[in-house]
Amino acid sequence: MKPKVVQYLEEGEFPLAEEEALRLYRAMRRARFFDEKALTLQRQGRLGVYAPFMGQEAAQVGVALALEAKDWVVPSYRESALLLARGLPIHTLILYWRAHPAGWRFPEGVRAVNPYIPIATQIPQAVGLALAGRYRGENWVVATSIGDGGTSEGDFHEGLNFAAVFGAPVVFLVQNNGYAISVPRSKQMRVDYIARRAEGYGMPGVVVDGNDAFAVYLEAKKAVERARKGEGPTLLEALTYRLAPHTTSDDPSRYRSKEEEEAWRAKDPILRLRKALEERGLWDEEAERALLLELEEEFQRELALADEAPEPRPEEIVEHVYKEMGPDQKRAWEALRRGLHVEEVE
Amino acid sequence: MRVLNMVQAINEALDLALARDERVLVFGEDVGRLGGVFRVTEGLQAKRGEGRVFDTPLAESAILGLAIGLAMGGMRPVAEIQFAGFLYPALDQILSHLGRWRHRSRGRVGLPVVVRAPYGGGVHTPEQHADSPEALLAHTPGVKVVIPSSPDRAKGLLLSAIEDEDPVFFLEAIKLYRGARAEVPEGYYTLPLGKARVLREGKAATLIGYGGMVEVMLEAAEVARKEGVEVTVVDLETLVPLDEETLLEAVRATGRAIVVYEAMRTGGFGAEIAARIAEGAIDYLQAPVLRVAGYDAPYPPFSAIEHLYRPNARRVLAALRKALTY
Ligand SMILES: Cc1ncc(C[n+]2csc(CCOP(=O)(O)OP(=O)(O)O)c2C)c(N)n1
Ligand SMILES: [Mg+2]
Repeated sequence: MKPKVVQYLEEGEFPLAEEEALRLYRAMRRARFFDEKALTLQRQGRLGVYAPFMGQEAAQVGVALALEAKDWVVPSYRESALLLARGLPIHTLILYWRAHPAGWRFPEGVRAVNPYIPIATQIPQAVGLALAGRYRGENWVVATSIGDGGTSEGDFHEGLNFAAVFGAPVVFLVQNNGYAISVPRSKQMRVDYIARRAEGYGMPGVVVDGNDAFAVYLEAKKAVERARKGEGPTLLEALTYRLAPHTTSDDPSRYRSKEEEEAWRAKDPILRLRKALEERGLWDEEAERALLLELEEEFQRELALADEAPEPRPEEIVEHVYKEMGPDQKRAWEALRRGLHVEEVE
Repeated sequence: MRVLNMVQAINEALDLALARDERVLVFGEDVGRLGGVFRVTEGLQAKRGEGRVFDTPLAESAILGLAIGLAMGGMRPVAEIQFAGFLYPALDQILSHLGRWRHRSRGRVGLPVVVRAPYGGGVHTPEQHADSPEALLAHTPGVKVVIPSSPDRAKGLLLSAIEDEDPVFFLEAIKLYRGARAEVPEGYYTLPLGKARVLREGKAATLIGYGGMVEVMLEAAEVARKEGVEVTVVDLETLVPLDEETLLEAVRATGRAIVVYEAMRTGGFGAEIAARIAEGAIDYLQAPVLRVAGYDAPYPPFSAIEHLYRPNARRVLAALRKALTY
């Protein structure tokens, strides 16, 4: 049986309390604002290689806001929106994308770990983290995220099987944006919906319109609740599209058409939600302008904070390799701290 | 004092760790009801419960990933990989994450994970069950590598590894599991990681090795003594962090060094030791540093000739003669 794609906006339904819907919108708009700023900073040479998420805000923010404070997020590189909605300070995120060590230690209060670069490796780790919460009696839920391409990796399979066997409280968000860099979904797998695979692991699989914030949020809430009650993991597939390049080093015109991009632009998750809010009289041009002003102020404040971070010290290279430095790190540390290399020291 | 073999000593260490700290978890393939294919975890599940000692599905990458995630969440996992040669499916978790998390989180996420794995040859195991991948592990920043050579040392070193705040690979020589016996103290005790031991001292040359090669070096030393040649024997015990001080001191005192390891010779950990000796003790050397190691071939699954691959006393003595007559 073909899974049903859960959606609300298309049907004109409004299944949330007004305050909740506004909260979703503000968080998504804030994320988009960051994404645009980040792309600009990158072009100015004030950010390193950056992976934009534009177009995927509903999928990420919808899941982030379905979590409680004690829950954990285990993201991959494209999840800056998820991290922002989780409370990671903007200046930390800027420093992260500047590849500045001060941005790589996420603050204690933020229950999110650093993004993963090797595809799918986060999946089994998320399962372990989820089980740790159970052992400690803290009953936290873990939300982890992966792309459509990532589901081809062995760790995806191993991790989902482990999660099911151990009944781990995990929500596996698959952001199916149709591409793994340039490789389209049709060359990645022969299954129509990735969520269908859930049955093979013995867990529920749900497909949502990933550009419909209501759908993502409500289905994520159900999955989180199920996990919290001890009913195990859920595979949540969000059908979406990245409106920007894979990273700032990518040229999407080599593998996808303008028409395709335009078609998805019309389904922009932020515009769709805004339209629903406006139809209810909850939002208008003025509210938008006020929000953008607020976001600009916040961003400038945070950017200034990021700019204030002191230059990384050379010896930071060998710090935090071990809790206590070994003799080899120590030797290097002493040299680097003096502005030298080990070869230059007696 | 009672005499235990390696299996019993490690089992006792695991039991003590489970009793002492409720964050300690023991898991892997067949470690639960069966007690592990070598029976190292025998009886632990019955005694400590299925929550603390449990079987995982058959997937090494996820076993490592699970351990990493559990440690992130504040637990102290002790994972077993059934044979060191089956660590390879988990290499991405090991190289990309296990040793990297502390560094990439700038100290926020430390991983007190222990990974135990039987390694090495000499007991006619099936193909791919006799690998010695310690050099791969030692070549991974952020992890420690410990290889005990006797039951009493194994117990104390394993308890230290479990207490350690960083990931530790604990490789157990299959040949020693039931082959090595020693008096093992009762109760909880730890032995320091990162310290090499001088097992015997002589003026002629220094033999350096670890794990399953220690008894081979000691046997060679005994034969040499009968021929009037006294050698020093160093058991490294911890490969990372390496106790360079003890190593260099022992080499400087004799001026001749022979490194013994059972992994393939090229790029093995013995090459690292030889390099350190060249850097730190060249002025004392009266002969080139020699390596006695596995041949540059896969560990042979052919039981009639496999004993020729693994270094033995005869090969160590031949190298010793070369060093002495250089
Ligand atoms: C193990 C591994 N192989 C290859 C890469 C290089 N790489 C980075 S992103 C990517 C595509 C991932 O596609 P998908 O999972 O669909 O996520 P998306 O980028 O679309 O969000 C590839 C191949 C990597 N980071 N890790
Ligand atoms: Mg994709």
